[in-house]
Amino acid sequence: MPSHASLVRATPEGLYCAAGDFYVDPRRPVQRAVITHAHADHARRGSDSYLASETCLPLLRARLGADVPAEALAWGETVRLGDTRVSLHPAGHILGSSQVRIEHGGETWVVTGDFKRAPDPTCEPFEVVACDTLVTEATFALPVYRWPEPGQVAAAIFRWWEASRAEARPSVLFCYALGKAQRVLAELARFTDRPVYAHGAVMPLVELYREAGVAMLPVHPVDLKRRRGDWGGELVIAPPSAAGSPWMRRFAGASTGFCSGWMRVRGARRRRGYDRGFVLSDHADWPALVATVVDTGASRVLTTHGQDSALVRYLNESLDVEAESLGAPFPGAEGAAS
Amino acid sequence: MRDFSRLYEALDATTSTNRKVQAMVDYFSTAPAADAAGAAWVLSGRRLKRLVGPAELRRWLCAESGLPAWLVEESYAAVGDLAETVGLLAAGRSDPGGADTELGLARWVEERLLGLRGLEAGEREEAVRRWWRALTPEAAFLLTKLLTGALRVGVSQTLVARALAEHAGLPRPVIVHRLMGDWTPSESFWRGLLDPETRSEDEARPYPFFLASPLETGEAGEPASLGDRQDWQAEWKWDGIRAQLVRRNEVYLWSRGEELITGVFPEVAERAAELPPGVVLDGELLAWKEGVLPFASLQRRLGRKRVSARLREEVPVLFLAYDLLELDGRDQRDLPLAERRRHLEALAGKFPAAIGLSPVLDADDWSALARSRAESRPRGVEGLMLKRLESAYGVGRRRGSWWKWKVDPWTVDAVMLYAQAGHGRRASLYTDYTFAVRHGDELVPVAKAYSGLEDREITELDRWIRRNTVERFGPVRAVRPEQVFELAFEGIAPSSRHKSGVALRFPRIARWRRDLGPADADTLDDVRKILEGSGG
Repeated sequence: MPSHASLVRATPEGLYCAAGDFYVDPRRPVQRAVITHAHADHARRGSDSYLASETCLPLLRARLGADVPAEALAWGETVRLGDTRVSLHPAGHILGSSQVRIEHGGETWVVTGDFKRAPDPTCEPFEVVACDTLVTEATFALPVYRWPEPGQVAAAIFRWWEASRAEARPSVLFCYALGKAQRVLAELARFTDRPVYAHGAVMPLVELYREAGVAMLPVHPVDLKRRRGDWGGELVIAPPSAAGSPWMRRFAGASTGFCSGWMRVRGARRRRGYDRGFVLSDHADWPALVATVVDTGASRVLTTHGQDSALVRYLNESLDVEAESLGAPFPGAEGAAS
Repeated sequence: MRDFSRLYEALDATTSTNRKVQAMVDYFSTAPAADAAGAAWVLSGRRLKRLVGPAELRRWLCAESGLPAWLVEESYAAVGDLAETVGLLAAGRSDPGGADTELGLARWVEERLLGLRGLEAGEREEAVRRWWRALTPEAAFLLTKLLTGALRVGVSQTLVARALAEHAGLPRPVIVHRLMGDWTPSESFWRGLLDPETRSEDEARPYPFFLASPLETGEAGEPASLGDRQDWQAEWKWDGIRAQLVRRNEVYLWSRGEELITGVFPEVAERAAELPPGVVLDGELLAWKEGVLPFASLQRRLGRKRVSARLREEVPVLFLAYDLLELDGRDQRDLPLAERRRHLEALAGKFPAAIGLSPVLDADDWSALARSRAESRPRGVEGLMLKRLESAYGVGRRRGSWWKWKVDPWTVDAVMLYAQAGHGRRASLYTDYTFAVRHGDELVPVAKAYSGLEDREITELDRWIRRNTVERFGPVRAVRPEQVFELAFEGIAPSSRHKSGVALRFPRIARWRRDLGPADADTLDDVRKILEGSGG
């Protein structure tokens, strides 16, 4: 470890800031949790108090219960926690996702949480926050992960839907129920106003996004009474967990697609057995990870998530930035398997 | 390149054979003749001779991407394919979609790729890097695959022939035949391929091979399901190289992989000139000295530019004929086997040395044949072939009239020592394993195996490997020697590559023996006993 004290460190409960006595996205119940965003592996039940962004709060309530003891912070609003001053800044990952800026003893740290820098009509754009130490995610931390322009990907998704329609086949697009699904629905609204069908896990989250003012295609729930063969030409949005389940049987003959940064690599796509892979990620790609380190002016970088060893070595050797890995504080964040 | 790249993506995007065929038909109907010929050439598994080596490619990729070599290697390890890594790291940096993308496949190959041969090293690098910059990742991937002579497309020859037959409105066997052998993609080839008129085929062109299917027998070990023994011809299944001997004006030897191997077996080619012209034989090349020698001997004859007189003497080769496809210049394939065999036996009277006739077994019922099969190993054969006497000589693998009834494989329980990530669909999954047997206190490698596990087991094993790695050597992980697998294999050959001194032939995983620990694995002595028994 470097000589100066670590304001934030990895513990079994999650990232812990001792000076402020709070955890960022703890995986076990703690006294005070600062939540970067509402994905299940970041927002867990059981803590005594939660702090999140204003736009994150409705999603957090939907996920953890209406009575969750949570408070909201406006973007950039500063709150005193212990001996630290804490503020939240947009991370561009999903609606309400934030970076956590922590100031203590003249030093500034930023925990990015999950973030991206590509444009996304469904959430607040990433804000560059200057800091001394950057704790960054590193999910796609290899230079092969370089995202195409999201508008082009959306156009490709639309062409795929059109091609299936021409053959009267259903198109089933798998994407995460929170964030990615809404992003796809918003992107597609530039091409059509046809309604889309969605799995039950996706529907309530679409409503929450609409309430937050995000414009998306009309969405109907998958009508369970509708029969096989009635789905020709329709686009259906479903979470990846629905792939291969009995729920899928009604969409006989469907063309299937998956929206994920992992689809950048052909082998990953073929192994999953989807017909089409669309490279649309809510995480930073390699150029964005490196650019963010540079833009924040951080002299020290700690990485979380995934295959971070290449990024750590690259920052140390090629960018002359002191970097090290915090390990994977979130279970299931081992990269290759997800 | 753009249209071919789209075809490739369309083929890649579906597992449905009908859709693949449709994608090819669409391409063949719209592409210029030279491009269509080029695509047919590539899709049917033919390759350019390698124009760029992997070391050179890596160096250019580092320079073009501006990344350190270690990071390019890490990227490659995650992607599992060097050409794809090029597409992801180096493509589309200038303006993809320009004239380079528009240029057709044929002109890319003729004018650019083949033109590399005349260039100095520096010029080659400059040219290739410029192409990468100007192409989309998909097109740059394909270009690099072509450069390294390693482009594989997920379609079988059968499927390509189906698409061509559909496009041309001709029967598939005619197309398959016209695709055989050595040809250069060109407009004139394309016209000939689609020509509705039957015409005299090329002098050297072989016929499509007819392939047998494995016969699964019940516990009784008798192929009684095939009906009456009298309807079948039984032969030994030889363990050599399947080949077609074409004697027209000249002599040509073709391997099943459609490689011309005349020069590799000069003694056969020389003597075959004594056959009457207009004869095509299907048979097996075998190392032979008063009897068949193990496959390992025959292997010594392969992969050489020239065969020395000494090697010819040490490992003489015999072509053992078992079918007659052409006689007096006339195609015999539609005749029933019984009749072809009669002609073949008549012709065998005129066989010169170096060409023999594969005998027919006369065991008169299935159980007697089963007893013959049981003698396969000491005889140095792999089992029996069963061919329906009334069957025509077909094209490709068609179940029903040709069966291979192989002896059961040997098995050994071995411990996994190393794992390496696979390629293609298995990239970034650990799927290539090295296995060892016990020797004293040591574990010595005897086989590498890739297949045999189910997808679910592969995923589970992948996780286990990641958690139980003790050392990494580049892409290879040494793992805790704990997992035992039953390997099935067809034989054993001496090996200089494995420390054990032996290597299993055609090893594959039969079962994951979770019930066994490393102490239960077989020993090198157990394996050597099989080697002695197999006469190898």
